[in-house]
Amino acid sequence: MNPAVLIASVYVFALAAFLGYQVISRVPPLLHTPLMSATNAISGISLIGSLVLAGAKGYPLPAHILGFVAVTTATINVVGGFGITDRMLKMFGKRKTEAKKEIAK
Amino acid sequence: MSLTSYFMEATYLVASILFILALKMMSHPETARKGMFLAEGGMFAAIIGTLVGAHIVTWVWIIAGLAVGSIIGAWMAITVPMTAMPQRTALSHAFGALAAALVGIGEFVTKANEMGIITRGALGFEVMLGALTTTGSLIAAGKLQGVIAGKPVQFRGQNAINLIIGLGMVSSFVFFWIHPEIVAAFYMMLGLAFVFGVMLVIPIGSADMPVVMSLLNSYAGLAAAATGFVLGNNVLIIAGTLDGFSGFILSVLMCKAMNRSITNVLFGGFGAVIAEASADSGGVIREISLDDAAMQLAFANRVVFVPGYGLATAQAQHACRELGELLEARGVTVKYAIHPVAGRMPGHMNVLLAEANVPYSSLYEMEQINPEFPSTDVAVVIGANDVVNPDARDNPKSLIAGMPILEVDRAKSVIVLKRGQGRGFSGLENPLFFKPCTSMLYGDAKSSLSHLAQAVQHV
Repeated sequence: MNPAVLIASVYVFALAAFLGYQVISRVPPLLHTPLMSATNAISGISLIGSLVLAGAKGYPLPAHILGFVAVTTATINVVGGFGITDRMLKMFGKRKTEAKKEIAK
Repeated sequence: MSLTSYFMEATYLVASILFILALKMMSHPETARKGMFLAEGGMFAAIIGTLVGAHIVTWVWIIAGLAVGSIIGAWMAITVPMTAMPQRTALSHAFGALAAALVGIGEFVTKANEMGIITRGALGFEVMLGALTTTGSLIAAGKLQGVIAGKPVQFRGQNAINLIIGLGMVSSFVFFWIHPEIVAAFYMMLGLAFVFGVMLVIPIGSADMPVVMSLLNSYAGLAAAATGFVLGNNVLIIAGTLDGFSGFILSVLMCKAMNRSITNVLFGGFGAVIAEASADSGGVIREISLDDAAMQLAFANRVVFVPGYGLATAQAQHACRELGELLEARGVTVKYAIHPVAGRMPGHMNVLLAEANVPYSSLYEMEQINPEFPSTDVAVVIGANDVVNPDARDNPKSLIAGMPILEVDRAKSVIVLKRGQGRGFSGLENPLFFKPCTSMLYGDAKSSLSHLAQAVQHV
């Protein structure tokens, strides 16, 4: 990695940290469990690194096998994480429409 | 750069923006779900972009991994009950961290010699954090699931041994950093990181799990961010950092809610201590009959339910909601008071109650509900103990002194639903039970609540 890339990466890291702090501190405690499973699913983006390891040009077989395991665990996180987050958020959303219906009655 | 590479980079940029938007929309329960669709779209775009632009030559491992992972992931998403959410989350920290560690090992195996000193540092960081988070999260998941005893495991000289393992891990990291040709240093670091993860979590009791979960979340995110540094991939850095900071913010919030420092949680072994500092309350415990309790509730104006983890272990969320609805039908104002560390992970109790169809507008945070207790007729404490212990406020000698509590003892009367006469998780005496305004209703929370509901109907 050359210094210019490193500096750019550090910029991205610092800005993401700042932005993350701003955005996440606004999430109400009500949604902290879905938040954790959502950020988990999002950090399952390490899947793209695993994909490269599992199949890209220039990697030997042992790397492909490590990559296969990594793709599997990262996919579990992405699919499972998003699925469960949605299941939870559906429970929080459902209430509102039902309450509205009751008021309408 | 080829056209496909530009396409790949473009999908990464789109994914980064969508992830941030998704987290922003998380700030309200009404927009949160829509936000997650955006994040899913971003993730999908990034995967497609990678498959198109990363010069993939061998597809078999990729397709196998995606298929196996999707099946297991979908199965978990559909079948895991809400009460098991902490275990599932801990497990997913382990999976995420393992993926990061494996990518790091793969990079080391293939490209160790080409790496500059900066990339190597990031790689060491990635593998170390990934490995210790993997085993640490597995232990946490085991404790939460009950496969491993929830009690803190402690022995003499534990902190000294941990210090030696930690130092060994860090020094092999430094060694690998300076001398990449010595392969043993890398594997030494890897092995010690696995051991260190175990050692870090075994001394921590189940009641402290919200903090540990948040910390492991933070580590898993930072490991992913380090992967981004190794691969020079910005979307990995952004997503990993968002995850890491989210975990960090939650850890700080959880520690505040228990008035303890992170070091105290990690190295204090809190749950093992049986406190003797509690003031000798010497009062009398008053029991109440089901009918009397039902009478009190039915003729109250304002009732506040205070659910603790005991509610979840008794699977009494639905019974609680039914009782609440019956009371509301009689014109009683019913609210739920949620302590930040109720449950085994941040926000866990909210999810459990939402699943039982309690509207989220009835769920109140500690700061919102505490001023309302003096005008509350009946506070019903269900399977909560330390979070309503007035000693935290009144007795500076208490082990939990200074921990913010739900001030149920300010309510006109308090009914405590409790399994038996035992002490709470921390082993502390709770003077709330001896106060004249408090009466106890012993028994399983679920059956007590449904009997109460029946009795209320007959009032």
